[in-house]
Amino acid sequence: MNGYEAVIGLEVHVELKTDSKIFCHSSTAFGGAQNRQVCPVCLGLPGTLPVLNRQVVEYGIRVALALNCEVARFCKFDRKHYFYPDLPKNYQISQYDLPLAYDGHLDFRTDDGEQHRCRIVRVHMEEDAGKLIHRNENAKAPYALVDYNRTGVPLLEIVSGPDIRSAEAARAYLVELKTVIQYTGVSDCKMEEGSLRCDANVSVRPRGSEVLGTKTEIKNLNSFRAVHKALDYEIKRQISVYEAGGRVVQETRSWDEEKGVTVPMRSKEEADDYRYFPDPDLVPLVISQSWIDKIQQDLPELPEARRRRYRKEYGLSAYDAQVLTMFRETAEYFEECVRLYPHPKTVANWVMGDLARLLNAEQVEIGDCRVRPGQLAALLRLIDAGTISGKIAKEILEEMFASGKDPQAVVAEKDLVQITDADTLGTLVDEVLANHPGPVQDYRQGKTKALGFLVGQVMKATRGKANPALVNALLKEKLDR
Amino acid sequence: MPLKLYDLTAHELRELLTRREVSATEVCRAVFERLAEVEGTVQAYITLDRAGALARAEEVDRDLRAGRDLPLLAGIPFAIKDNICTRGLATTCASRMLHNFVPPYDATVIEKLNAQRAVIIGKTNMDEFAMGSSTEHSAYFTTRNPWAPDRVPGGSSGGSAAAVAAGTAVCALGSDTGGSIRQPAAFCGVVGMKPTYGLVSRYGLVAFASSLDQIGPLTRDFTDCALVLNAICGPDERDSTSAPGGTGDYTAFLLDDVRGLRLGLPREYLGDGLDEGVRRIVLEAAAVFAQRGAHVEEVTLPHTEYALPTYYLIAPAEASSNLARYDGVRYGYRAPVTGDAVDMFKATRSRGFGAEVKRRVMLGTYALSAGYYDAYYLKALKVRTLIRRDFEQAFEKFDLLLAPTTPEPAFRIGDKTEDPIKMYLSDMFTLAVNLAGLPAVSLPGGFLDGLPVGIQLIGKPFAEGTLLRAGYAFQQTTDHHRRQPALTGEILHAAGGGSPKDENGSLFPGEGRR
Ligand SMILES: [Zn+2]
Repeated sequence: MNGYEAVIGLEVHVELKTDSKIFCHSSTAFGGAQNRQVCPVCLGLPGTLPVLNRQVVEYGIRVALALNCEVARFCKFDRKHYFYPDLPKNYQISQYDLPLAYDGHLDFRTDDGEQHRCRIVRVHMEEDAGKLIHRNENAKAPYALVDYNRTGVPLLEIVSGPDIRSAEAARAYLVELKTVIQYTGVSDCKMEEGSLRCDANVSVRPRGSEVLGTKTEIKNLNSFRAVHKALDYEIKRQISVYEAGGRVVQETRSWDEEKGVTVPMRSKEEADDYRYFPDPDLVPLVISQSWIDKIQQDLPELPEARRRRYRKEYGLSAYDAQVLTMFRETAEYFEECVRLYPHPKTVANWVMGDLARLLNAEQVEIGDCRVRPGQLAALLRLIDAGTISGKIAKEILEEMFASGKDPQAVVAEKDLVQITDADTLGTLVDEVLANHPGPVQDYRQGKTKALGFLVGQVMKATRGKANPALVNALLKEKLDR
Repeated sequence: MPLKLYDLTAHELRELLTRREVSATEVCRAVFERLAEVEGTVQAYITLDRAGALARAEEVDRDLRAGRDLPLLAGIPFAIKDNICTRGLATTCASRMLHNFVPPYDATVIEKLNAQRAVIIGKTNMDEFAMGSSTEHSAYFTTRNPWAPDRVPGGSSGGSAAAVAAGTAVCALGSDTGGSIRQPAAFCGVVGMKPTYGLVSRYGLVAFASSLDQIGPLTRDFTDCALVLNAICGPDERDSTSAPGGTGDYTAFLLDDVRGLRLGLPREYLGDGLDEGVRRIVLEAAAVFAQRGAHVEEVTLPHTEYALPTYYLIAPAEASSNLARYDGVRYGYRAPVTGDAVDMFKATRSRGFGAEVKRRVMLGTYALSAGYYDAYYLKALKVRTLIRRDFEQAFEKFDLLLAPTTPEPAFRIGDKTEDPIKMYLSDMFTLAVNLAGLPAVSLPGGFLDGLPVGIQLIGKPFAEGTLLRAGYAFQQTTDHHRRQPALTGEILHAAGGGSPKDENGSLFPGEGRR
């Protein structure tokens, strides 16, 4: 890398989860039976006409505003022509010279803590194509099947400026973009389901140069990891080409996940000439300022603003703020807990620690978590009141997570109330001291570590219910006497 | 009481039906009897739906017997151009490409005719994908002009016009992209209206050039024209380009009065390329209007000469895009080839389209190509604006324009097939109207050597009412529209070839989708 700098721009396609497709009433649901979510319009049957779904425009504007873009007051749809069996009309309705929005930016932070800003060149709406399923069981007679369910599902294409300088930054940009879009509620942004897709344009140049090198376009990036690894590979490949005195060829390359390399894709028979022209079946789209204002007002607080607030108001670390805001649902859960139990750091520890562990282990989304914020707050208050110990609280949380019960109920059922009675504990302490003369001797000879062992024995005898502070005090008192 | 029920107009039949003097079934049978007599000569239809037509007629009769109120077009026999989708009834666009295409849905205009309980006799012949002016570009056969079977009926809605003229339908629907309703109406001596762009939903009309296409009626007189227009017009949420708002009752404009109407005679439409006889008929029509109290004056539309080249950039450009979907993957013709998808696309499109369609697809592809777009397509759009402005200026002074529909009466079959430019010039007086999105109507203005000659009235946007008023008054004063072709079964039976007249019939058996 030394002496070279990478220049990366990302083109991201996001599927919008509107109820129906962009130009017809067919469902957009993922994973339905093949060729069932179709109608004459999205199949492009002769005589059919597209009619724009206003919800797509609204969702598009939401994302555009979240990305600090100018929303066009006037835009239109154009036809982009290419022949492919998954494209029923053999043209895609897209936006060419007048996109929905332009001139935005996205701020994001790389893992090293550095803050970056990437320009957003444009955001436009278009229709998705179908899916080809290749069948090669019989090598002599391969064939392909087409599923048109995805045809006409609304897409937002988000084109970044060539502002990204490393594979890690590209990954971080994409993660932040996904987070922002999820906050706006318009897409699931699941790379594995294809609801977020990414192509990368990358070139390298001598550090300090203002001239752009020859770029390649990388396709087939199906995960955040793939984006990182593919760009790392491609940057190194281009540098080694230059180092060897060669020239980088402008081409489209595909990421081969298994082999960990990018390979040139079969070049198209003809140069791309999409013969864009305004779709005469659709009227130009006029967007009123009042509509834009309304959508702006309804936007949720975005992750970056939330992070700043968590650091400032709650005194959380940048790392904690980042983790808690990764998903809007997590942030909202956290804030609701804090509202009911105003100790942000404690709540953060529980949400990011024990709760997150349970959610991960059981593959449950926080939105579906049976422990509601009010219940978590109640649990934390039980600790503060001394009713239970922190250790027991973890056990109770597991039970709450499994059953959805209130913490008080779990405590009562399982007889988990903390023993804070000095007389009861005093008797137990005496028994432990009598049964473990060795450690007692050690302690008295100055090996204070032995105290921990003795505390443990008392806790064990009470199945963890003893108040640890009280046990500590009682033991010390009796040993030091 | 004339026995020839098929020669009556829709409003005359309506009278007889409501008075229960005839039944819808009798009317329907009369039309099919007429078909048996003359269709071998005329060849207006690609597909007939005798069973569907009779079923509808019987249904109408049941309601008549029960004394129920029926819509004004109930029981009226209609011919539908074969580029308008009819659920369950083949819609071929007179192309090999769609020889086996049976739409799973009805066009909006068909839904509306069904709501009227109209009787659909069948689907009519046309130039392939509406590209042509004679039906000679049909992949199946050429329709004959009922007035002279060695001549073309005009096109592309030639089958619809010929059916109305020959008595094998009472009313018809056609589509007009550059004159495709008006020119055949002129050649066949019927009334053919192209409404304002957006007045009639295009949903279900197989697109040729989306910004120009418009569905309209072909009828025997203006009362029928108003009735059909009433039935098919109006906003449609399935067509984004359909105009919002109500339209009112067009029959209210059928006033026998043109006093005070300002009529412009565009100088450019009466000059070069116009047959002397046709010019005389247009001027005679102007005199009729003047005599009835209209003010007639000359007007100029300076960009008229650019209409044809402009049209032949815009229409093929849109067509090249609209026709891209015919690739053999999902429906229609698929060439039997081995190879990959691209091989299949190429073979299917090479064999599935006729020469004229391929010519226009190539013209349009070229006009939209990188490096040519600005010089051709974009320039054409700018000239289109100038042409529209010509009309706007003319309409500041005039309510209507009067012009010839065609430069000459119906030409002989084969006369223009060798020279596309000659064929294109046949539409020189009708193209500009589509470019400007205006309503216009062709009506019988007189005869030359036994052939009908059409005159054209052009109106302001959404001024169909004014067209109806003027046309109706003209027909109250003249009787050209009452003349009927002396067509009998004996004349030219030999001309009839084997045409697919069965329901959902196919000219290319065995070449359908695998
Ligand atoms: Zn659909």
